[in-house]
Amino acid sequence: MSDNGLTPELMLDMYYHMALARAVDDRMWILNRQGRAPVVYTSNGHEAAQVGSAFALNRGEDWIVPYYRDLALVLAWGMTPREIMLHLLGRADDPNSGGRQMPAHWGHAKLNILTTGSVVATQDIHAAGLALASKVLKDGRVSVAYFGEGSTSQGEFHEALNFAAVHKLPVIFFNENNGYAISVPSRKQMAVQDVAARASGYGMPGVIVDGNDPVKVYEVVKEAADRARRGEGPTLVEAKTYRFVPHSSDDDDRAYRSREEVAEAKKRDPIMMFEARLKEAGILTDEKLAEMQKKIKDAVNDATDYAEKAPLPDPATLGDHVYGTL
Amino acid sequence: MAELSYLEAIREGLRQEMERDSRIILYGEDVGVRGGVFRVTEGLQKQFGEDRVIDSPLAEAAIVGTAIGAAVNGLRPIPEIQFADFIFPAINQIVQEAARIRYRSNGAFHVPLVIRAPFGGGVHGALYHSQSVEAFFAHVPGLKVVVPGTPYDAKGLLAAAVQDEDPVLYFEHKAAYRSLKGEVPEERYVIPIGKADLKREGKHVSIITYGLMVSFALKAAEELEKEGVSVEVLDLRTVRPLDVEAILETSKKTGKVLIVHEDNLTGGIGGEVSALISEHALFYLDAPIVRLAGPEVPAMPYSAPLEHAFMVTPEKIRDKARELAKF
Repeated sequence: MSDNGLTPELMLDMYYHMALARAVDDRMWILNRQGRAPVVYTSNGHEAAQVGSAFALNRGEDWIVPYYRDLALVLAWGMTPREIMLHLLGRADDPNSGGRQMPAHWGHAKLNILTTGSVVATQDIHAAGLALASKVLKDGRVSVAYFGEGSTSQGEFHEALNFAAVHKLPVIFFNENNGYAISVPSRKQMAVQDVAARASGYGMPGVIVDGNDPVKVYEVVKEAADRARRGEGPTLVEAKTYRFVPHSSDDDDRAYRSREEVAEAKKRDPIMMFEARLKEAGILTDEKLAEMQKKIKDAVNDATDYAEKAPLPDPATLGDHVYGTL
Repeated sequence: MAELSYLEAIREGLRQEMERDSRIILYGEDVGVRGGVFRVTEGLQKQFGEDRVIDSPLAEAAIVGTAIGAAVNGLRPIPEIQFADFIFPAINQIVQEAARIRYRSNGAFHVPLVIRAPFGGGVHGALYHSQSVEAFFAHVPGLKVVVPGTPYDAKGLLAAAVQDEDPVLYFEHKAAYRSLKGEVPEERYVIPIGKADLKREGKHVSIITYGLMVSFALKAAEELEKEGVSVEVLDLRTVRPLDVEAILETSKKTGKVLIVHEDNLTGGIGGEVSALISEHALFYLDAPIVRLAGPEVPAMPYSAPLEHAFMVTPEKIRDKARELAKF
């Protein structure tokens, strides 16, 4: 492995968060199928892209503006499995929204995860705005917008990249390209092969990276962040990856892609590949892996139990937080 | 006390706020070097530098959306939408983002920002440089909407908007920019958002209005005074939240209410004001509530006779008020 600042401990921690995300994700689907969680959005398949990028940034200090696919990202950023489950089950103590938003609408003020809505690409502009303030206040922070390739058809994607490039803002636009916007394949979304190709139209670098390789993603994002902190402006990163399960618990991906295609993609499961690599490098032993798997299982069980016992929001709070003062 | 135009009062307000608070940045299309297409921000880039008075790309969703991000991250942005008619590309950012961020994050985040936009007609601006858009935003919980009608109110409401912790839309009437003048104190003062102002006391009819129509209503009232009709003029100043108390008080006092706005009638502010009076002051009324508003056409046409026919004028207000007084 190259000289990129990634110690064996950091790589093990990366692996832990990827595996934790997959386990939390699996649990959420089970809760949904049991009728205990109304809806689930997955990060299954995207873990390397998300965790690799998180580790390249100052977690909790820089800003991230995620989208609904980013469970592994927010876990790597510091959100706990308990907080994830509180959000999934719409509990009063959900730090994302107090039970107001649908699951996977992340936002955590203490961790610098900006709250997000459902209309895709709106968050790209917010990331540019966060970065505008960082530039004016010289606070040294980098902001990162996360988004799927489908959302790059939106006008606000264009507006955000253009604004950020003109003003050389310290922001990274991180695309998780899994080839599908729910059912619509990327060839019906754009007439170019790569999202990254669009960067040249804005005068910023566009970098394609294997989104199933957390180390490569880490290196690319680290470079983009260094560039941003040097005042050289934004970077568009395109992490090529794949979603292994349906878009959400209400979707059925058999309607738009073959089982063979999915099976083929799963041969490059980022967690499986990273595990093999760490074992090969002698960083991950069977003993360590078993220990980690137990820790993950305990964390997921604890989070589920904790959230299911947690109180629901009081209807009397419906009108809270419309205004600060009126 | 200096006499300033409506436009100068806004500019002085912006200057004073920026001197007071270094977190304030201004940006929008042409606001920097050119000082805005109406010159509202003239001289401000020279005084405060390019980092604080920014010429932004021509993209309204980005102007508002970046202001949201910047506000969350510690600035107090005052983005300008060059004409209120151009605000619609940003409507998702205003209605579904800025207005909801406090609510959807359960109070964890909030967005202190002021969106300034010149609105209104009577300047041959045609369909896309004349609209009154306040009702779209007044419908939205989470937003505050102010529409000053005098230079004094323009400066004081700006100060209130800037220090507010929530998103405020600040609509300034472009026909008022240079036509309205008035005394404006040099020192900073704050006119609270949500407080109407009784601009003229009267006995027979109450006119409830806002924006440019305040000065038109006052003209109408002066003329009617000569005919022995005493007209009260209540300037709402804020259309969200409405000053319910002031609305009911004047309605109960005269028992005859004429609501006036330049925006078209259906779904306009007048409907809400009228409903409030009906709900809470019906038995004080001596006549049905009357609304005088823009016509039900999509927007204001360009050619002079058409534009004039669209606009609510002091004469139209006078005639309606006289009619109501006779009821």
